[in-house]
Amino acid sequence: MSTRPGPAPILQITNLAVSYGRVEALHGVSLAVEEGSIVTVIGPNGAGKSTLLGAIMGTLGSRGSVHYGGRDVMRLTVEQRVAAGLVLVPERRELFGAMTVADNIELGAFARLRRGERDALRSRDEVYARFPRLAERATQAAGTLSGGERQMLALGRALMARPRLLMLDEPSLGLAPIVVREIFSIVVALKASGVSILLVEQNARAALEVSDYGYVLETGECVLQGASRTLAADPRVAATYLGEAATPAA
Amino acid sequence: MDLTIAALLTQDGITNGAIYALLALALVLVFTVTRVILVPSGEFVSWGTLTLAGLQLGKASGIVGLVVGMAVLAAVMETWRCIRARELVRLPRALALWCGVPLAVATLLAFAAPMRLPLPFQVLLTLAAVTALGPLLYRVAYQPLAEASVLVLLIVSVALHFAMVGLGLWFFGAEGSRTPAFSAASFRVGSVTVSVQSLLVVGTSVALIGALALFFGRTLHGKALRATAVNRAGARLCGISPEFAGALTFALAALLCAFCGVLIGPITTVYYDSGFLISLKGFVGAIIGGLTSYPIAAAGSLLVGLIESFSSFWASAFKEVIVFTLIIPVLLWRSLRTQHHEEEEE
Amino acid sequence: MMRRHGAVVGMVVLLAVLPLFAPAFWVTLANYIGLYSMTALGLVLLTGVAGQTSFGQAAFVGIGAYVTAYLTTRHALSPWLTLAIGLACTGVVALFLGFITLRMRGHYLPLATIAWGISLYYVFGNLEALGGHTGLSGIAPLTLAGVALKDERRYYYLIWFVTLAALWATHNLLDSRSGRAVRALKGGLDMIEAFGVDAARLKIVVFVYAALLACVSGWLYAHLQRFVNPTPFGINQGIEYLFMAVVGGAGSVWGAVVGASLITLLKEWLQDLLPALLGRQGNFELVVFGILMVLILQFARDGVWQWIARVLPHPAPHPVVAAPPLAPRARTAPAGPLLEVQQVTKRFGGLVAVDDLSFVVTPGEIVGLIGPNGAGKSTTFALISGALPLTAGRVLLGGESIGSKPPHEIARRGLGRTFQHVKLIGTMSVLDNVAIGAYLRGRSGVVRAALKLDRAEEAQVRAEAARAVARVGLSAQLHTAAGSLALGQQRIVEIARALASDPTLLLLDEPAAGLRFLEKQALATLLRSLKAEGMTILLVEHDMDFVMGLTDRLVVMDFGLKLAEGSPVEIQRNAAVREAYLGGVA
Repeated sequence: MSTRPGPAPILQITNLAVSYGRVEALHGVSLAVEEGSIVTVIGPNGAGKSTLLGAIMGTLGSRGSVHYGGRDVMRLTVEQRVAAGLVLVPERRELFGAMTVADNIELGAFARLRRGERDALRSRDEVYARFPRLAERATQAAGTLSGGERQMLALGRALMARPRLLMLDEPSLGLAPIVVREIFSIVVALKASGVSILLVEQNARAALEVSDYGYVLETGECVLQGASRTLAADPRVAATYLGEAATPAA
Repeated sequence: MDLTIAALLTQDGITNGAIYALLALALVLVFTVTRVILVPSGEFVSWGTLTLAGLQLGKASGIVGLVVGMAVLAAVMETWRCIRARELVRLPRALALWCGVPLAVATLLAFAAPMRLPLPFQVLLTLAAVTALGPLLYRVAYQPLAEASVLVLLIVSVALHFAMVGLGLWFFGAEGSRTPAFSAASFRVGSVTVSVQSLLVVGTSVALIGALALFFGRTLHGKALRATAVNRAGARLCGISPEFAGALTFALAALLCAFCGVLIGPITTVYYDSGFLISLKGFVGAIIGGLTSYPIAAAGSLLVGLIESFSSFWASAFKEVIVFTLIIPVLLWRSLRTQHHEEEEE
Repeated sequence: MMRRHGAVVGMVVLLAVLPLFAPAFWVTLANYIGLYSMTALGLVLLTGVAGQTSFGQAAFVGIGAYVTAYLTTRHALSPWLTLAIGLACTGVVALFLGFITLRMRGHYLPLATIAWGISLYYVFGNLEALGGHTGLSGIAPLTLAGVALKDERRYYYLIWFVTLAALWATHNLLDSRSGRAVRALKGGLDMIEAFGVDAARLKIVVFVYAALLACVSGWLYAHLQRFVNPTPFGINQGIEYLFMAVVGGAGSVWGAVVGASLITLLKEWLQDLLPALLGRQGNFELVVFGILMVLILQFARDGVWQWIARVLPHPAPHPVVAAPPLAPRARTAPAGPLLEVQQVTKRFGGLVAVDDLSFVVTPGEIVGLIGPNGAGKSTTFALISGALPLTAGRVLLGGESIGSKPPHEIARRGLGRTFQHVKLIGTMSVLDNVAIGAYLRGRSGVVRAALKLDRAEEAQVRAEAARAVARVGLSAQLHTAAGSLALGQQRIVEIARALASDPTLLLLDEPAAGLRFLEKQALATLLRSLKAEGMTILLVEHDMDFVMGLTDRLVVMDFGLKLAEGSPVEIQRNAAVREAYLGGVA
């Protein structure tokens, strides 16, 4: 468990475990996200990163505890967690492909609009200001967008829910470097506007560069954690990801 | 066959086809949003007709009791859920929605029945009562099985169909009913007589389809249903709960079916078990649309209506055979086209 | 094993003595249960195991019944001849319906069978020659060895003999080369196609098999009742058979018997009980019946048999017996490269997943396909193995173009693969999963399997599969359900399954993901020894340590394009690769 000092974290998970049938995919992971910070979880494919986010979001059943905003959310449904500002941008984006970009954006604020929050429309203007490409393509079906635009739409849709904690699953997946840069600069800007972020990435270097604190997940366990700068310099991280420790002769 | 008969048959076919189209839309809607093949849709149809027929006689029928019973059951289930989730705060709202609304509808129906209100009010009461059953049925029977396979959901649908046919016999008796025509008038266009009743049926169907298109295209809830149909996981992450979508879908479907019942009442005599065959024809239309496309489903239903009408003239004993065998060439065409499509891509 | 057998023997003995003491009414019920079980059994196989829903079983029962009723009463044919004619008619109709619906994915079979079921009902009801809605009467009883089976107690033995034979045959079928593929149809369609199973054809075969069982049931029914009318063959009855299969437990052959018994007895009981209880006649049994079904499914989604199976002793796995090895693939060393990917492109809507990609793999080489997540590596695998159609370009295996072939044809030409997202059938044992890999190395079809004539070949296949499992070091888990292994081990089982197919080219999609350090080393050793035996391997992998130490050559992809190609050392020094792979925010 994190022993970092500071105010109460916005997200605190303790001993979280997930099983698929009889196979345990996540073995008691503990992790915390401080209010207003970016925390990253890195690790190879199959380490359980997406499983971790699914458990926090409530789309997967889990054991252990998840405290969000100081309250136990284990019994809440996914929708209740979304309404409380816990929002996930999944790896597969999960856009409404046959619907227009504008409809996708609007539905991001579904819970708020249903509650009758009038400023939801202002959020839409903010999203379009942040992603001018989406405004250009507002009447196009989401399924016709390119990879980078899809990621922007997924992010924009998530922002419509006005998240307090935004969880991003591999936002750089399949994107050109220039788009990755854009996405990461948006992530940094979001932090500046007060959103806490839990970032799951395979692109370790970029993730550690923008984040404050990092965890390394391997085969369902947290094997390493620390301030992002420290982790970036840790030879074990470099070895896992960059293959630099192994010369071909070895 | 001369032109007059052909025109008459066409008119009949389009009238029935318009009703099947409403049913097909309800079936497509329910399937895409909840993966349920709504076999009991036929019972919603026949209950629509029979409830209205009952109101004509000043009787409220057993449907009142059913609404009350299911509302109580839903209330118990909701209470249990709130207790288990330790969310008693939410209980009053849940009870108001799941128990309060249906009870209000049932009470209204029970009180208004002996008053023999004018036909339009009776129609409204009928629609309200049948529509109330939709979400209740979803809550009580389907919601506990939301994650089950399409097959299990289908079997549940069939079981409910059986139960509802039995209840229909109990509520309405074995005799068939016909409701009075909304209008007995007719006029001539050239040599063809057009009945106002037919126009009303077609007009109502078109208006309902238009209203649905507006609902899905313009409103938040309509878009939420579409989103659930397109991508269930994505919809959940936007905070659209599958339970909400399911209940809303069932309400809409029940409303559409009740409309069908009201519209078909003056055309044919409806018995407690007539619904199944009627809804199967809507189903054929829905299949032509692959259970996913609304416009093709509606067009397919019109085709079903026309074929039924003409085949009842030529070979009335084999009317049903012809209508249902229609599926086979459609599937054959799709099958051959699929093959072709793959070759194109290679 | 013995105790399980004991339970079966006990049941058979009970069935044998039942007519000796039971009242006539019980025997009648038991007769119907037998007939229904046979029809529901087809649905267990088709719907429960293979995942295809059919409403048409009752109509096939109707064909069996009407063919014999018509031909024996009007043309005085022998019932044994009419059985053959009925089976032929059923086969033709089922083949046709299966052919038009089962080659497509989606809910087309249930729809076609609804149409078929309803139409046939009205045809029966409206054809004068078939007696219309009144039906045909005066059907002669069956005569067996000179004895007319007029008595229900005698007929009982015939019905249950046939039913038990059908259960036995279906049970055998499920435990065979085809049976393993059928069991994988529902959750592993892409997987079995990758191992040479023509899934569409297999689905049609299963559908026909189920229809033939229904036809036999109908033939028996006609000679039991000695009278037929359309009612028992309508769509409602078709639905009821589906009920029996699902409520009984559509995953097991015994589910059919349990379901048929439960539903028959329940209906009988409700018909007696409810009027007494409620003091009035009505269709209440239908209401109570419907509600009970909903409740059963809400509490036992997998059917009632699951409850019973929990109480019964678990059957011990069949041991693997020594058997001569299966013949290895005839290998002709190709003159040029084994695999050639030529200017291959794949588009999904607006997304270009693979863009003008070309590379070759020469025999005996280990080539790594690497690149960041989403670069198009798995798509490339899917294009090579035929799981996805190409948008443009060519793929050649051993000099032959395979770009336009379905996966099962490509598998036949020597391609074995693993999947990025593990595709094992979780409920099947490791051995059975691996044996699917050897599908193309066996010959036995459905008929041989059902009659248990495939045992010699089956022993060979099992021995071969066990060898592949031993080779990857999982012999201890041979009889464990694949779903209960750790994810890393599941990936290794996938490799064993690919090896069981005796491939010339092995495609491995992230074989080392989720493995621990020592497991990775063992895997690398295994792959090196395969290479030493002449195996050619193309693999996608993210673990650079693993890739760099193992491969002869690397192809690097980024955004669907080939970014670089070369030896591991060259690739590690390549600046563009470092930028793409390691990422960074400039």
